[in-house]
Formats: sequence, structure tokens, C-alpha cells
Amino acid sequence: MGERRISERAELVSTIAHQDLALRSLETSRIEFTPLPESLPMMVAGDADEMHTVALDQSHSTSDQPTRGTKRGRSHGPMPDVVTQSTNQSTARGASHVVASQSTNQAPERGGHRDGPSGSRGHEPRPAQRTRTRPSGEPGPEDLQRRALDEAAAELEEEEELKYGAEHVMKLFVPVALCMLVVVATITSLNFYTERNGYLVYTPFHETSTDTGTKVWNSLANAGIMLGVIVVMTFVLIALYKYRCYKIISGWLIMSSLMLLFLFSYIYLGEVFRTYNVPMDYITLAILIWNFGCVGMVCIHGTGPLLLQQAYLIIISALMALTFIKYLPDWTTWVLLVVISLWDLVAVLCPNGPLRILVETAQERNEPIFPGLIYTSSVLYAYVLAVDDVEGGATPAGPVTATSRTRRQRRSSQQALTDGDEGIAGADAVVVRQPAAPAHQRNSVPEEEEERGIKLGLGDFIFYSVLVGKASSYGDWNTTLACFVAILIGLCLTLLLLAMYRKALPALPISIIFGVIFYFATSSLVKPFSDSLASEQVFI
Amino acid sequence: MTLLGFFGCALVAFGPAASFFAVVIARDPIRVIILIASGFFWLLSLLLSSGLWLAVVPLQKQLAFGLVFSVLLQELFRFGFYKTMRKAEKGLQMISEDEMYKDHNQAKARHVLALVSGFGYGLISGAFALINVLADMIGPGTIGLRSSGEHNFFFTSAYLTLCFVFLHTFWSVIFFYGCDARKYHLIAVVVISHLTVSCLTLLNAQKLYVASLVPVTLVLLAVGATAFVISGGSVRRWRAWFTMKPADQLNGPPRGEFANTAVST
Repeated sequence: MGERRISERAELVSTIAHQDLALRSLETSRIEFTPLPESLPMMVAGDADEMHTVALDQSHSTSDQPTRGTKRGRSHGPMPDVVTQSTNQSTARGASHVVASQSTNQAPERGGHRDGPSGSRGHEPRPAQRTRTRPSGEPGPEDLQRRALDEAAAELEEEEELKYGAEHVMKLFVPVALCMLVVVATITSLNFYTERNGYLVYTPFHETSTDTGTKVWNSLANAGIMLGVIVVMTFVLIALYKYRCYKIISGWLIMSSLMLLFLFSYIYLGEVFRTYNVPMDYITLAILIWNFGCVGMVCIHGTGPLLLQQAYLIIISALMALTFIKYLPDWTTWVLLVVISLWDLVAVLCPNGPLRILVETAQERNEPIFPGLIYTSSVLYAYVLAVDDVEGGATPAGPVTATSRTRRQRRSSQQALTDGDEGIAGADAVVVRQPAAPAHQRNSVPEEEEERGIKLGLGDFIFYSVLVGKASSYGDWNTTLACFVAILIGLCLTLLLLAMYRKALPALPISIIFGVIFYFATSSLVKPFSDSLASEQVFI
Repeated sequence: MTLLGFFGCALVAFGPAASFFAVVIARDPIRVIILIASGFFWLLSLLLSSGLWLAVVPLQKQLAFGLVFSVLLQELFRFGFYKTMRKAEKGLQMISEDEMYKDHNQAKARHVLALVSGFGYGLISGAFALINVLADMIGPGTIGLRSSGEHNFFFTSAYLTLCFVFLHTFWSVIFFYGCDARKYHLIAVVVISHLTVSCLTLLNAQKLYVASLVPVTLVLLAVGATAFVISGGSVRRWRAWFTMKPADQLNGPPRGEFANTAVST
């Protein structure tokens, strides 16, 4: 294929796509525990099904709800199990779930949600699942036990959070590391993304002067303009979301991911072929791109295996980060990174910050935030076992489903978006389940794909990758490595804060500040030292 | 040839480390986090020591100066990491519901912690020592592995990296134990052997590879043996590990993961 044409097209695309840049960059970074505290009991993977139910039962029996009697009756089931296993660690686990779920009863809406179904199921037979591994024994002195459990649970709660934190940290480390690796590998192997041929329209000052003062001024102005665009776009998005213009938003998102998946991957592929001298014809290329892009669109905006969706989100972020690295002037990139992370701080934490509004509105409406903007570390929780039970004994696994259904991954379907937020407490799982059934038949994915775990905005992926990619574009691997470690540590700290504060937090500031500090420190201080050590083969 | 040299040296340097990571670290998210955190501490120590090295302009040609201070700072940060980990220990013990910790054997958990954090230390230091050399090794040209004796630059670098990754691992095990048991001579052993080994590598600049590689290897073996013994290893247990004897023949905390996994399978 014609090289010139590709690079021309690249420029063209870059100018076409700046809209998209703005959009992507306003998927500003946000980390949150999706369903917030309530999710904790749900985060336990498969083996803890029974734990789960224990937790929920407990929560009902201790809360002052009108249906208390029936619930208490139900709590006979799990209690003896707890007694018999009181030395087992799993008890501790269950206990802390109790607390986790109890604390959520404060959220009225969610409480209502869970209440309805469980109340209506009060007299249902216990699920086989719950008794599967535990022989049901005699009901013990509940109150005492409950009190003891509560105490134990209160102690364990924090550790439990940390435990989930650790698992979920890994679930974010891996994709973040992968995204950064893709970007670094591309930067170091393809010249295209480091050579300068064009700028975004948002950066009218090109830092061509050799004067430092002018450069500083240029980069500040560029970053300011970029930030302005991002802020405006964020507010537009918030306004659209606030007034429920879902069609416009999803159209916007679909357009942008369409562009990324088709055009940007086309450019990327072209550069790969060019670098490695692979002859390629347009027909094959078209087939490749068509398949890649269409699967991506379906996975991101429709339904698809979670793993594939995650992979596509990582690819999208990497492509976006590469575009930023290519088309932003050097110093503007660094200034922009700092400015963006400050903006992130403001936008997420300020009482009237746009992202906070977004997150809160989404929580109010019980909706997931747009699929194309957020990476979910959720466990694909195969509900097949529970579903079997449901079909047999009319929703015994109800509390789980009832809480989970509100978080079922609803992909941009207007109906689905609105149905959850009415909080039809009485309409229990059976009713709500129905929309999910066709999905189950349509694809082989387990019926309930739950959206749980930690979510990280794609903006975070993008800017982390921009930082590491930019660091690697200067050719020193030590610097790249230092930035990599610094970003991961920053992410770790952010997640620790998340476990402590339990609300949506900005993911950029700590990581980016660490990364920037380590970039400059390593490239100016460590590099000469370690270079001379390496050349003399001295090991420290 | 360049690519072969690259892969050869990369695998010499990081192959054992990679399998160690896969077997011991990767299974538990908390270990990965500890690994990265200890790597971060090493980075901080490197940052400080290179700042110091740069600040003292007249001594910049003398790597020995920077080396000694860097070693001391690394040990200081190792102690700092030890303190941090001890502060976080309660939480960590509660979190680690891995089957490894099921017996709640505190001594073993502490050894594992030391092992993991030492490995993080070693891994990042090895990466910093070698990664730029490896990048140069890919091409476009290389001096090769089979060139005359005095040009074994790449291979010796890779081998020394391998040694240092595991030296750091063992040093941390000894160091943490020394701090826990208040056996300060162990800490002194760590610091002195670290200084010795690092100073020995100064000989590399004179191409006296035998004079550095052999003692470094010996120190590695000695330090490894010490770490093995203080974390509850013995010849008997070593034999049991090889002959796959049942676990009940072993009393007390087994050494790290290897003994445990081997016996339990």
C-alpha cells in the first residue's frame, strides 16, 4: 500500500478525529466500587455462594424491617452452619459479609430493592445450593451468635475489604500493565508514533522555538486549551446524561469507538506492515479490519464475552494513547498530564464536580455508566448453578439476583436503562428476570453477567499509557520501568484509599504525579548513575 | 545473532526469576503487590543514592564512592520496608487466606513475606542493571558471546544480574529474620556481604571476570544456605523434598514455598 497515502490519511484522520479525542479524554478517570459497599458480599467468587446467602439473610434478620419475622425464620438455615464452622475461616468470611451488607441497608433504595424479593421469598424452600456443602443442623441460639458474629465481623470487616482490594488490585494491574506494555512496545518498535508530522488542532503552539520561556508558555497554553475542550465536553456529556439524552450519548460513543476500531487500527496495522515489510493487499486488509472492528463494536456496545470486551477496551485505550503521544508536542504532553490529573481531582471530588454528578446520577438511577467509557474488572459470574435453583424452586437465590439484576450489564438499551431505576421493590426477581432471558438464549454467555468489582475509566488507561509511552519514546528503559512501577504503586495507593473511603475517587492524580516525578528524577538523576554502573559492570 | 544473544542473556538473567515469579509470586495477588511495593522502595533508594552521587561532583569518576553509599542506602531502605511490612502485618495475615497460610504459621508467613519482598528488591535492581544493556544487545550489531575472553561483557552482566536477583532475595530473608529475632550479627552479615559483593564487581572494569564471578557465586551459595537454614531448612528436609516424603515427617516451618508445595503435592 502506498506509504504516502497512509501517512496522508493519518493526518486526515487525526484532524477528523479530534472530536473523538476530546470525547475520549473526558472519560475521565474514575475508579469506583461499582455497586458500592453492597457489592462486597457479591464479590466472592463461585465457592462462596452460600456465604453470600448467609450474609444477606443475616442482614435482613438484624435490620429493623417490617418483614423481620419471616426473615428471621429464614435465618435459621444458615445459622447452624455458622456455628458448626465457627473455627473455620469461611465463617469469618461470611461474618464480614454480614457487616458489609448490613451497612448497605442504609441506602434506602437498595435496601428496598433487596427487601422486596427476599420478603416475597420468605417462605420459599431453601436453595439446594446453600445446603450443598453444609449439612443443616439444629438452629442455635441465634441472638448470641449473631452478636458474636457482629463483633467478629466488625473486626474483620476491614481486613475483608483489604482482601477484596488485593484481588481487585490485581484485576486492574493486569489490564493497566497490558495497556502500557502495548503502548511501549509500539513506541519502541514503530517509528511512526514518535516522528512528528502534524499536531492536533487543540495545540496551536508547536514548541518549535528553542527558547525555554517560549516553550513553557506554549505548552501551558496548549494544555490550557486542551483542558478547556475537555471541560466543555465533560459538561456537555453531563448535561446530556442529566436530561436522559441516552441516544445522543450512545451515538456519540458508538461513533468514537467506530472511528478508533476501524480507522485507527487501520493506520496502526499499516504502520506495522510497513515497519516489518509485510506485503499486504487491500482485500485481506479490509477483511481483517472489518472483522476486528465489527467484533469490537459488538463486544463494547452489545454483548460479548467479558474478556473480549476488556481486550477491546484495552486496545482502544492503547490506540488513543498512541495518538496522543504522536500528535501532542513534547512539553505539552507533560503539562497536560499534570493539568488533567488536577482536573480529575476537582471533577471527581468537588461537591459540584461534573464527574461526581455523573457518578451520583448513575447511582441514583441504578445504571452502569456507559460501556464504552469504563473498564470493569468484574468477575464474570456464571450464574448457571443459581439459575437452576431458580427454575426449580422459584427464586431461592433471590437476594443475590435481586441485587445483582440492577447491575446486570445493560448495554445501551434504553428500556433496560430506565427499568431499573424505578426501584420496583415489589416486582421481584421473576419479573425482572424476563428481559434477561432472551439474552441468555441469544448467546452462550451465562445469563447474568454481573457488573461488579472495580471500575476504571478508560481515561486512566489512556493517560497512564501516555505517560509511560512518552517516557519510553526517549529511549531509556530504566526511565520507562521507573514510570511503570510508579504508576502501579500510585494505582495501588488509590485503591487503598478507595477501600478506605468507599466512594468514587479520581485515579489519575496519585499515579500521574508519581509517574511524572519518577520520570524526571530517573531521566536526570538515575540515568547517568545507572548508565555508568552498567558500562563498568558494577552491580549495586 | 543479535536476537539469539538477546534471548540467551535475557533468559540467563531473568529465566530463573521468571519461573520463581510464576511459581511463588503470581498465585497470590498480595504477593504481587508486596513485590511491586518493595521494588518501589528499591527505586527510592536508587533515586537517593544517584542524587548523592550527582551532588558530590568531585567523586563522580569514582564509582566506588557512589557504590558504597548506594549499598548502605539500599540496606536502609530494606530496613524501612521491613518496618512498613511489620506495621502492615496484622492486616496482611488476615488477608492472606491463601492455603499457604492456613495453619497461620506466623514464622512461615514472615519468611514468605521476606522472600517476596527480597525478590521484588532483586528483580527491580536486576532490571535496572541489565535492561538497557539488553536493549543494546538487540542490535543492530553485537560483539557476540563467543568472542575472545575479554569481551564477555553481555554474558557476565547477565550472570551477575542473575546472582544479584537472588542475592537480594536471600539477603532480605536473612535481614528480616535478623530484625525479628534481634540477631544483629545477621544484619551485619547482610550489609557486609552486600558491600563485599558489590565491591568485587568493581573488578569487572579491569576485565578480571574470574576474580568477581567466582566469589560472587560463592557468596550467593553461602547466603542462600544461610537463608535456607534460618527459615527452618535442614539437610534432612532437603532430602525429604527430593524423595517426596510425606509431610508429617517434617516439623516446624518449612522453608518458603518450595518445601511446602513439594511436600503437599
